[in-house]
Amino acid sequence: MGVKGRIIRVAGPLVVAEGMTGIQMYEMVEVGEERLVGEVNRIVGDKAYIQVYESTTGLKPGDPVYGTGAPLSVELGPGLIGKIYDGIQRPLDAIREVAKSIFIRRGIKVPALDRSKKWHFKPSGLKPGDKVSGGDILGEVPETPLITHKVLVPPDVHGVLKWVASEGEYTVEDTIATVEVPGKGEVELKMYHKWPVRKPRPIREKFEPAEPLITGWRVIDTMFPIAKGGTAAIPGPFGSGKTVTLQSLAKWSEARVVIYIGCGERGNEMTDVLVTFPKLKDPWTGRPMMERTILIANTSNMPVAAREASIYTGVTMAEYYRDMGYDVLLVADSTSRWAEALREIAGRLEEMPAEEGYPSYLASRLAEFYGRAGRVRTLGSPERIGSVTITGAVSPPGGDFTEPVTANTKRFIRVFWALDARLAYSRHYPAINWIMSYSAYVETVAEWWHKNVSPKWKQYRDEAYDILLREDELKEIVRLVGTEGLSEKDKLILEVARLIREGFLQQNAFDPIDAFATPQKQWKQLEAIIDFYHAALEAVSKGVTVKQIKDSLAVLMRELVMTRYKVPNDKVEEIDKIKQQLIEGLQKLVEGQRTAPAIAA
Amino acid sequence: MAEASTRVVREYETIREVRGPLVIVEGISDAAYDEIVEVELPNGEKRRGRVLETAQGYAVVQVFEGTTGISARGTKVRFLARTLEVKVSDEMLGRIFNGLGDPIDGGPPITSGVWRDINGDPLNPAAREYPEDFIQTGVSAIDGMNTMVRGQKLPIFSGSGLPHNKLAVQIARQATVRTGEEFAVVFAAIGVMHDEALFFKKFFEETGAIKRAALFINLADEPASVRLITPRLALTLAEHLAFDLGMHVLVILTDMTNYCEALREISASREEVPGRQGYPGYMYSDLASIYERAGRAKGKKGSITQMPILTMPNDDITHPIPDLTGYITEGQIVLSRELHNRGIYPPINVLMSLSRLMKEGIGPGKTREDHANVSDQLYAAYSRAVELRSLAAIVGEESLSEIDRKYLRFGEAFEQRFLSQGFFENRSIEETLDLAWEILAILPETELYKIKDEYIRKYHPKYRKKAQQQQ
Ligand SMILES: Nc1ncnc2c1ncn2[C@@H]1O[C@H](COP(=O)(O)OP(=O)(O)OP(=O)(O)O)[C@@H](O)[C@H]1O
Ligand SMILES: Nc1ncnc2c1ncn2[C@@H]1O[C@H](COP(=O)(O)OP(=O)(O)O)[C@@H](O)[C@H]1O
Ligand SMILES: [Mg+2]
Ligand SMILES: [Mg+2]
Repeated sequence: MGVKGRIIRVAGPLVVAEGMTGIQMYEMVEVGEERLVGEVNRIVGDKAYIQVYESTTGLKPGDPVYGTGAPLSVELGPGLIGKIYDGIQRPLDAIREVAKSIFIRRGIKVPALDRSKKWHFKPSGLKPGDKVSGGDILGEVPETPLITHKVLVPPDVHGVLKWVASEGEYTVEDTIATVEVPGKGEVELKMYHKWPVRKPRPIREKFEPAEPLITGWRVIDTMFPIAKGGTAAIPGPFGSGKTVTLQSLAKWSEARVVIYIGCGERGNEMTDVLVTFPKLKDPWTGRPMMERTILIANTSNMPVAAREASIYTGVTMAEYYRDMGYDVLLVADSTSRWAEALREIAGRLEEMPAEEGYPSYLASRLAEFYGRAGRVRTLGSPERIGSVTITGAVSPPGGDFTEPVTANTKRFIRVFWALDARLAYSRHYPAINWIMSYSAYVETVAEWWHKNVSPKWKQYRDEAYDILLREDELKEIVRLVGTEGLSEKDKLILEVARLIREGFLQQNAFDPIDAFATPQKQWKQLEAIIDFYHAALEAVSKGVTVKQIKDSLAVLMRELVMTRYKVPNDKVEEIDKIKQQLIEGLQKLVEGQRTAPAIAA
Repeated sequence: MAEASTRVVREYETIREVRGPLVIVEGISDAAYDEIVEVELPNGEKRRGRVLETAQGYAVVQVFEGTTGISARGTKVRFLARTLEVKVSDEMLGRIFNGLGDPIDGGPPITSGVWRDINGDPLNPAAREYPEDFIQTGVSAIDGMNTMVRGQKLPIFSGSGLPHNKLAVQIARQATVRTGEEFAVVFAAIGVMHDEALFFKKFFEETGAIKRAALFINLADEPASVRLITPRLALTLAEHLAFDLGMHVLVILTDMTNYCEALREISASREEVPGRQGYPGYMYSDLASIYERAGRAKGKKGSITQMPILTMPNDDITHPIPDLTGYITEGQIVLSRELHNRGIYPPINVLMSLSRLMKEGIGPGKTREDHANVSDQLYAAYSRAVELRSLAAIVGEESLSEIDRKYLRFGEAFEQRFLSQGFFENRSIEETLDLAWEILAILPETELYKIKDEYIRKYHPKYRKKAQQQQ
């Protein structure tokens, strides 16, 4: 049945085999006596070039290679949520049990979905004789308390329903429906199906993003928002906060399902997620976060070819939950490690390198990946809208944003959160540089904010942003004349900019209160700072000095900053009180000015 | 180092080409990838190597001890049907080895032990346990602001001529955990100079630390290929000690810059497409296969804490070696030539330094409740002080506000009192934090944006004095 050939060359993760006539591009193969998993990525005559997803140590010419007849695919069905997989969807927990070791041993084969677990299937009401097509909902399974898993007709199945199982307990291998497919006969459907990872799952229609994906992070939601179905990149040198920011998004954002891909990064970061997510409560539902999360861990020391595959494995799962009608957030840390894996494999294939050794198709692969994000009308009935939002870390060598991965990524994303080593050095976290960052969704999400939070949102956001830009200009002047040489109005700008930086832009991921700010809290904080600015500007125009303001209001200004830590999301009125005190304090200064005008001079 | 018993040994005398550290052997069609090879020179000298690439009709072999003196004729190449394995045991503690694991201290050969592939296997992310046990190094800049935990990989980024060895030795001597368990030390010197090797040897012998240490020494004048082996050997032993025998192991690897140079040399001789500055494109993955061999694991008592040392070429932190390292390790301790020139020891640039695992290792029950806040405040204030210092140098101190001038004084005190300490000065974490409060007290209380009111009232010297007076 399958093709069988023999190895003629081994160089790192690349194996060349001959006698492979009939093999297909991207077909999954099994290599050597241990049947290591590999994938064909070039065919020349009867020779196949294979990237192997496990260590190739010990493989030698003459060893067998078996075709499987199918492309590299993932299993999609109930039981994905809460799991940790490697880059080609092998369950790492189960591997640990089988290997009876803390180390990953190669050649271990464990199915992605538990074959013995029973799920409670409830049919949707489709009747024998009904016409069904890809995406139709056959029934539901409570996968976790947070996620009702919709059992879908696979995208490529169209026909007439012959039989549906009645409500009850089934394993993923049990047949739960049969469909008469023209030309194919009767097809048995199970609660899971396979889908090739490199092929986007079909949809009916793609829309522009319309709503914000609220993340609870002020600098993101208010300054550089991301929308449901949007794309964002977060580039930065090491230690600048990519991982902490992405983990925070995975924790706090309003997505219904989160796919977290640790692509060529640290083992302990995955452990961190595994340890903290079950303990943390999703702020939107109050349930443990692990009940909505899937982890894909192909850490830096795991085989490089599987790292290349990991982002496709992840995005395919994301599309699958999107097809159920959920808003899915996909987090990829780091896409640079994926690109490097691509480069390494291309190098072994002796392909012509383009920029910095990356293959010439780097840009098109990036475009394909980010192209799988979007807000869509899914296939099948009942009609539903789902979304995949993609956020990817980029790790530029030396922090240089002109390098190929950052530069090409910029072409395909709409939100750019540029991390800045200098901010990170002074522990301004998240170190998102407000001059270099941008979001194409500010206008898109303004409507939501105006309707749900405050009609003044956009105006205040822009004003805060302008103050930051003005501060940047003033810093140049200060470099020449010192702070004392500035006008009072400009001194006030510096003070307010500091409030914005310390009290608004910064957000400590490890403080239980600061780590997540609701849109209401974000707004109150922004409003307090800007209203204070307006009042102070007026006071200054009436002759009050900035030094006077600082001398008499420093305690309250510190209080305003400390609302980050002190004011929980359900007590945001506290912020108004501080603002009120500040404004009264300013009025007193103005009054003092009137009664003792001499001091002003 | 020796190889475990062989299965089918094949011998060839058909060397087609010798290129750098590589030998290309013709006629063989069943060499296994990564297979170990013995090369016998016409004069009977034996060297070791491994298969880097295998194909029908040839194999590319990397010779660890270099190819000097190897001729295409008369040299025998034996393929040993084994991967590179090493026998490791706790017998190796107290001993000194060369870079390939052969004893060089005049002691007996290692007889007991288990055979292990030196490349190890990747630790399953699902089997890791998160590191969280505070290590007190007695160095304020580390304990206070870049706290190390057991199972962390925390490198020192240094420059040539900076006192990284001194600092490493001070840490190795002073490092303790609150529960009191001692560290076993596995020390790998990679391409170091004789005097450096002597410095470490002397330290281990004089302090008696050698009893619980194993030293692997590869000198600068020894072949580059060995440098790829030495750290892996050290880590294979460390894994055995930590995960089989339940010990807490501190692994010191110095100097990883020499390791990377060797990697580049071998890559160049294979004519691979070079990445940045001639280093191979896979250097990130290769370094990760070393650095990731650290941590804790479920059901295992022991741990591996790694402290790699590297010298940044031209003090440039964006150079590929520190850059890729920083992308893998869990933070970095950066040394500064500027501080060193000003006579400050240890010359740690705290702003560029980072410990990513600090958050889990500090706080009530581990260090002290105010630790995180104090550290954040020190960072914020010191970075402001540094910024204002360069401003003051241009516009003059008098053009700064009163508060800004206080920041300048804070910066001075930070460097002279907090950062500076003696080579034999071992500060407890409480001493470190109290010292931090003393210098933070230079600033107005309203500037302490990062510290909760309750901690200010409890630990700020002003309130402490009041509380003492009342008593
Ligand atoms: N692979 C392993 N897995 C678990 N425990 C091990 C392993 N290897 C050794 N140990 C444990 O470590 C202890 C000491 O190890 P060591 O290798 O020094 O044993 P040994 O008895 O000295 O060896 P030998 O029998 O070769 O003389 C052993 O008693 C054993 O319990
Ligand atoms: N929002 C934040 N709040 C507090 N600390 C942060 C924050 N972001 C980053 N950090 C600190 O910076 C360190 C490095 O961040 P990380 O996300 O791992 O960087 P990167 O992924 O860019 O290398 C973290 O270990 C943490 O100490
Ligand atoms: Mg990271
Ligand atoms: Mg023994």
